[in-house]
Amino acid sequence: MTVGTLEGRAWLFGDHVDTDVIIPVRYCTTSNREELGPHAMSGLDPEFASKIAPGDFIVAGHNFGCGSSRENAPLALQGAGVGAVVAISFGRIFYRNAINVGLPFFESPEAVSCCGPGDLLQVRMEEGLLRNVTRGLALALAKYPPQVAEIIEAGGLEAYVRRRLTGRGS
Amino acid sequence: MGKTFAEKVLARKSGLDAVVPGQIVTVRPDHLLTHDNTSAIVAKVAQDLKTYGLVSQSLPVIAIDHVVPAVDEKTAAGHAAIRRFVQEYGVEHFFDVGEGVCHQLMVEKGLALPGMLVLGSDSHTCTYGAVNAFATGIDRTEAAVLLLTGETWLRVPETIKVILEGAFPHGVMGKDLILRIIGEVGADGANYKAVEFHGDLAGLSMDDRLTVANMGIEMGAKLAAFPVDASTEAYLAAHAPGAIYAPVWADADAAYIHGLRFNLSTLEPVVAKPHAVDNVAPVREVAGLPVQQAFLGTCTNGRLSDLQAAASILKGRRIAPGVRLLVIPASRSIFQGAMADGTLAALVEAGAMVGPPGCGPCLGAHQGLLAPGERCISSSNRNFQGRMGSKDAEVFLGSPLTVAASAMTGVLTDPREVMK
Repeated sequence: MTVGTLEGRAWLFGDHVDTDVIIPVRYCTTSNREELGPHAMSGLDPEFASKIAPGDFIVAGHNFGCGSSRENAPLALQGAGVGAVVAISFGRIFYRNAINVGLPFFESPEAVSCCGPGDLLQVRMEEGLLRNVTRGLALALAKYPPQVAEIIEAGGLEAYVRRRLTGRGS
Repeated sequence: MGKTFAEKVLARKSGLDAVVPGQIVTVRPDHLLTHDNTSAIVAKVAQDLKTYGLVSQSLPVIAIDHVVPAVDEKTAAGHAAIRRFVQEYGVEHFFDVGEGVCHQLMVEKGLALPGMLVLGSDSHTCTYGAVNAFATGIDRTEAAVLLLTGETWLRVPETIKVILEGAFPHGVMGKDLILRIIGEVGADGANYKAVEFHGDLAGLSMDDRLTVANMGIEMGAKLAAFPVDASTEAYLAAHAPGAIYAPVWADADAAYIHGLRFNLSTLEPVVAKPHAVDNVAPVREVAGLPVQQAFLGTCTNGRLSDLQAAASILKGRRIAPGVRLLVIPASRSIFQGAMADGTLAALVEAGAMVGPPGCGPCLGAHQGLLAPGERCISSSNRNFQGRMGSKDAEVFLGSPLTVAASAMTGVLTDPREVMK
């Protein structure tokens, strides 16, 4: 999932953005990214999905994705075209969800305070840096634990496990 | 250096001598809980299941509880797909529509036991910490691969130690305690971490412990665990007769990152105000705000003692005109218990509507959603904006006593004002 370069404009949110506002449950009758996408973040901003450009970043404060374990939340963000989520911290199940469905996400204590709405952001995976091109800033990103990095490298958990199962069978 | 509860369970379940916080370990859970989302989970790996099979027929526990009975054709088709999966693969532990909320069934049916590792594709899986299980929520993709492989990774968490002392005063319940703790710790104060409850637990009933552990996730916790004591043993003797289990508890010299102390005798009835669970205030500070709906139920507070507490206020009285009181027992056996002892009769005579065992309106799918401008006092666990219907409605979280008192008066009410 997170190979190469990610680039997009910043959309700013506060602390404790919960999964009920990321994707209200009335839209959770599907696991299809494209069907969920138009409703992403609609609990806070019903126009969000129509305003963003593919690849844009969500930049938020503490505890992004707290609340329910619904996988529809990261799927909806992917469906809306969100390229990556950068937050000070994530709800722990959202964190696992993001890894497993291949939504790029980064923990950064500084990003939300060093970023304005619409700033152009860039992540080059091999650098481990988040660049705010608009402001000429570069912020270090936390590294993924090795086992987690392996899953991300494989393109998500399903791909990772299929690779292992195929190996087991041979 | 001693070890915490989480460190001991994860060492045991990963086959390692010892583990330390921050370490990532590969574990094999004793059970994997899934609910209505089973259909989506199974769909992810349908072909792989045909090729490799289900890793174990006793690993999954499946309960259909979130939207029951089915609200529309799409939901009904999901339920039907689950039943087909259960039959085709011989899943041993299956609870169909009407049996109750998955988290209640896990403890009531003796499936979650001390020292076990239980993973569930639902955030409130942490409930079984009340019976000394390491229980935590995961996501759907992970649940899907667990069906194939039986294993996944967990990060060994740091632990927060909460010491309890004293006994609840009149009118105060486990819900008031956990809301008070969340108010102090914050909605992410225990994120990625374990919480252990120590101290004088004799005054905390098993139902109270289940309420407390259930809401661990509302402060971000990976798990919220209690030790095994005489109350736990009595509960297990009733719900898991003959079960063999191996309790685990922290060493006296285990290392914690944070400590908190609460004296139960100093607590008072509280609510979480909209739209955050850590926005906690004494009921008396918001008393008098009109409510249009009162909801008693869920995996947090839909147990028999919760219904009995509400009936202790409402027996022989009527709810206020213009208030809808919804009562949803957390399981069939709770429903039966509340019928047998007159609790349901008292609530219905007071004006309550009773729904089938399940999650009810908690997650906002059906059975009592809110209109714009309405206010609900709820015994559930989340008051996020828009969760229970309109995003212009307000949900206050409180104890079953506070729900009953407020239903009776039609305004948010400290239950001590109306208790007999």
